[in-house]
Amino acid sequence: MNGAVRWIRAFGTFWWDFIVGDDWRVAAGVVAAIAVTAALAHANRTAWWFLPLAVLALLTFSLLSSVRGARRS
Amino acid sequence: MRDVLLVSTVFLACAVEAVEALTIVLAVGVSRGWRSALQGVAAGLAALAVIVAALGPALTLVPIDALRLFVGGLLLIFGLGWLRKSILRASGFKTLHDEEAIYVRELAAVRAVERRGRAVVGDWYAFTLSFKGVLLEGLEVAFIVVTFGSNQGSIPLATLGAAAAVLVVTAAGVAVRGPLARVPENTMKFAVGVLLTSFGTFWAAEGAGVEWPGNDAALLGVLGVVTATALVMTVALRRLRAYDGPLPPESGQPVRLHP
Repeated sequence: MNGAVRWIRAFGTFWWDFIVGDDWRVAAGVVAAIAVTAALAHANRTAWWFLPLAVLALLTFSLLSSVRGARRS
Repeated sequence: MRDVLLVSTVFLACAVEAVEALTIVLAVGVSRGWRSALQGVAAGLAALAVIVAALGPALTLVPIDALRLFVGGLLLIFGLGWLRKSILRASGFKTLHDEEAIYVRELAAVRAVERRGRAVVGDWYAFTLSFKGVLLEGLEVAFIVVTFGSNQGSIPLATLGAAAAVLVVTAAGVAVRGPLARVPENTMKFAVGVLLTSFGTFWAAEGAGVEWPGNDAALLGVLGVVTATALVMTVALRRLRAYDGPLPPESGQPVRLHP
């Protein structure tokens, strides 16, 4: 049982690391930004501008957060 | 145009990962013998081929909008990760990937382990290390090949880009007889990050129901905006790093088998 649990945990951790990577907030932000884009598009609003803007904001946020961490250490 | 970008992205992504896998395989082969190391490489490449062969046709069955939403989101997450790391490395907030130093550390580590055979493999440790190196470094590329290829309707073209990169890097490794320390790895990672982020943004928005102004031409606009922003961020962070002073030298970290 312990071996199985360990294996499942290792398997889950591998896929989490592989897909989500170092900064889970970026992955969550991407999902949220796509959801907002879909909502805008389905409400017949002009939606094309939102995702690029959100992506650049996420990149900036993630970089600044890493830089803050590096400067503190 | 899209085909050129597709092959370039897959080629660059695969070349970066192949350089990193080559360092591991070289260290294993030189220190413990080539037979088991090459068996590991063959098994790793076969596993990657199975993943591409199984996932590729499966993805073509998914409706195009759902596929673009899923693939776009995944590429965006991957792309932002590559871009973030390459900007941090280019600006000095993260140490550059040093293939030479990794090779030396790996060489010392693998020499210390006892040799044990299993089935047809003479040195199980050498086999598994090479296998894991190839599989883990190649897994992201396999996903890029499958997702890019299925979205563009040309998995063979994406596979061709990946295979060409493996051949070029292997040939360079054989010619140099050592790790490819002079390859501009971080610049290549930056380019891949920009391309994945741009394609991811374009496809995810299309999958979400967006109609891009200018249709396909909008992709070039997205590419330009992402490139410009990434370059501006690199320059700004480089100045900040110069103000703070240089990063302390890298400590002896274990070799990483995943980006």
